[in-house]
Amino acid sequence: MAERILDVKNLKIDFHTYAGEVKAIRDVSFHLNKGETLAIVGESGSGKSVTTKSIMGLLASNAKVVGGQIMFRGQDLLQKTEKEMQKIRGKDIAMIFQDPMTSLDPTMKIGRQIAEPLMVHKNMDKKKAMAQALEILKLVGIKNAEERFNNYPHQFSGGQRQRIVIAIALVCYPEILIADEPTTALDVTIQAQILNLMKELQEKIETSIIFITHDLGVVAGMADRVAVMYAGQIVEYGTVDEIFYNPKHPYTWGLLNSMPTLSSTKLEAIPGTPPDLLDPPKGDPFAARNPYAMKIDAQKQPPFFKVSDSHYAATWLLHPDAPAIEPPAEIIRRAKIWREIQEQEEVARNRREKAQKEAAKGK
Amino acid sequence: MKKYLLKRVFYMALTLFLVATITFFLMKLMPGTPYSNQEKMSPEQIAIMNQQYGLDKPIWMQYLLYMGGMLHGDLGTSFQFSNQPVSYLISSRIGASAQLGIQAMIFGIFFGIIFGSIAAINRNTWVDTSVTVLSIIGKSVPNFVLAVLLQYYIALKLGWFPIADWDGFAYTILPTIALGVGPLAETSRFMRTGMVDVLNSDYIELAKAKGLSKFQIVYHHALRNSLIPLVTLIGPYTVALMTGSMVIENIFSIPGIGEQFVKSILTNDYPTIMGVTMLYSAGLVAVILLTDIIYGIIDPRIRLAGNGD
Repeated sequence: MAERILDVKNLKIDFHTYAGEVKAIRDVSFHLNKGETLAIVGESGSGKSVTTKSIMGLLASNAKVVGGQIMFRGQDLLQKTEKEMQKIRGKDIAMIFQDPMTSLDPTMKIGRQIAEPLMVHKNMDKKKAMAQALEILKLVGIKNAEERFNNYPHQFSGGQRQRIVIAIALVCYPEILIADEPTTALDVTIQAQILNLMKELQEKIETSIIFITHDLGVVAGMADRVAVMYAGQIVEYGTVDEIFYNPKHPYTWGLLNSMPTLSSTKLEAIPGTPPDLLDPPKGDPFAARNPYAMKIDAQKQPPFFKVSDSHYAATWLLHPDAPAIEPPAEIIRRAKIWREIQEQEEVARNRREKAQKEAAKGK
Repeated sequence: MKKYLLKRVFYMALTLFLVATITFFLMKLMPGTPYSNQEKMSPEQIAIMNQQYGLDKPIWMQYLLYMGGMLHGDLGTSFQFSNQPVSYLISSRIGASAQLGIQAMIFGIFFGIIFGSIAAINRNTWVDTSVTVLSIIGKSVPNFVLAVLLQYYIALKLGWFPIADWDGFAYTILPTIALGVGPLAETSRFMRTGMVDVLNSDYIELAKAKGLSKFQIVYHHALRNSLIPLVTLIGPYTVALMTGSMVIENIFSIPGIGEQFVKSILTNDYPTIMGVTMLYSAGLVAVILLTDIIYGIIDPRIRLAGNGD
């Protein structure tokens, strides 16, 4: 089994507001394996960003961790002091932000901005840090890096700035990279470049990525595993193929269904709005928007039902007593692809086994 | 950059020309004459005096003569101050005024930046509230009231500093404080707002994510960015300090230009009024140019725009 580099267990976070305690994260557990990319998908307000901010120790002052653990290198990050977190941030766990136009200091040369983490974390002198910063600037694909090293952020385009932000995040070779919607603010053509760059660098630097996004299209090419969040909870998680072609939760169906395709003539949407987390519903939080909701959805929260070793979904539809239902056409179409994938895998596996047997015989 | 500077200097000269023209004619519209004991003078005496000072000529001629003189550095002769040339009057008194003004500016801006930053870093705590209350008080209390209070409590009761006069650094402290508190209060309010904005910005979040300490974040990233809106204030400060110093110099008996300016207006001393007005205008215009240059130094985005890049 893969080595778990980060393990979030039963995380609960409240936000204190004038209206009351908003229960933003309600019992979230997930883990990150070494070297993989985990995508956390969900709509705005589902708690994806709050979850990652709690890993970084950068929660807003009105947020309170009510329970849970975030285990990293055998230690609970939630128990660390601010001073201890400063030593981890930027060095072991780094972050890329959503909007490259505003995430660089406009009055500081970019070279200095990239070198800063090295000076803070590795006690490098300025000259050495600058030299290493230049190397990483070349690595993220900025042309004429030597010249541009002393430029200010406003002299770069959005895509170039995001490359610089990535350079800042990776300059200390972090074990975990958290990317919070890193391509949302960019043009589609630039998006692909940035995603490719991230994948390329992930191999070079051997980092594990938590990729936050609301865009399932981005997830497909990027992630190894996907966790779908809704209303402060994870509702389904599995490998990227399992989520894309064999989804089990009606919310995941909704998300996939609302992805525009080349053949779709109408843009589908999930009706309704997410529940008010000031007073979360007792049962399944998605029940009110779920056309397949059953009586029990309003009364009791569904536990995770196992689909495969790597695939779990929290919906009563997976209960043995649940009636059989007809998922949306798009999901049925995907299920067909899923079966094909499985058949192909089956064929490939058989072929491998056969080859192995023959190889064994040959010996 | 050279072209840009030349253009700026041309506009400065144009501004000063307009100021001189407008002031000259406005001054002639002022009621009264330069002769304080006019009722005791005979019409012949007045005519002689007018002739001596050139006041008998038509106003447009006086204007041309004055402007011509000014181009050669001749600001005329004062009517009131024992017939001294205005240029001598100004140069003998500018030292005290400039020292007071610069000290007050440095005092106000320096402590304003510190107080404002402290308030922003500790926003919505009692520290923030106290700084806000103090700056409202500092801005509302007129500087002449503060000057008198300082004289009474600090100089008279406690005896820490001299009460008035101008004879060494110790004498400058109370007037500097009296004059500088206004800018200090204004700066700290501006600084607080600016820094609260900056501290909420994405690049500060990124700086935190880099693992920088609170001090490093404020010192390396927040401070410089918060200073940008503050630069705008330098112009208005200069005006405030110029006008403020007229009152403060009187209260503390400082032999400066402000004190002299007030006297010259009260006595219709035309050449002195003109001379000091021109000095103040030139000072202000120079400060505005300086402000733009400082903008460029602090904010790289503006620096390059100035280069036509």
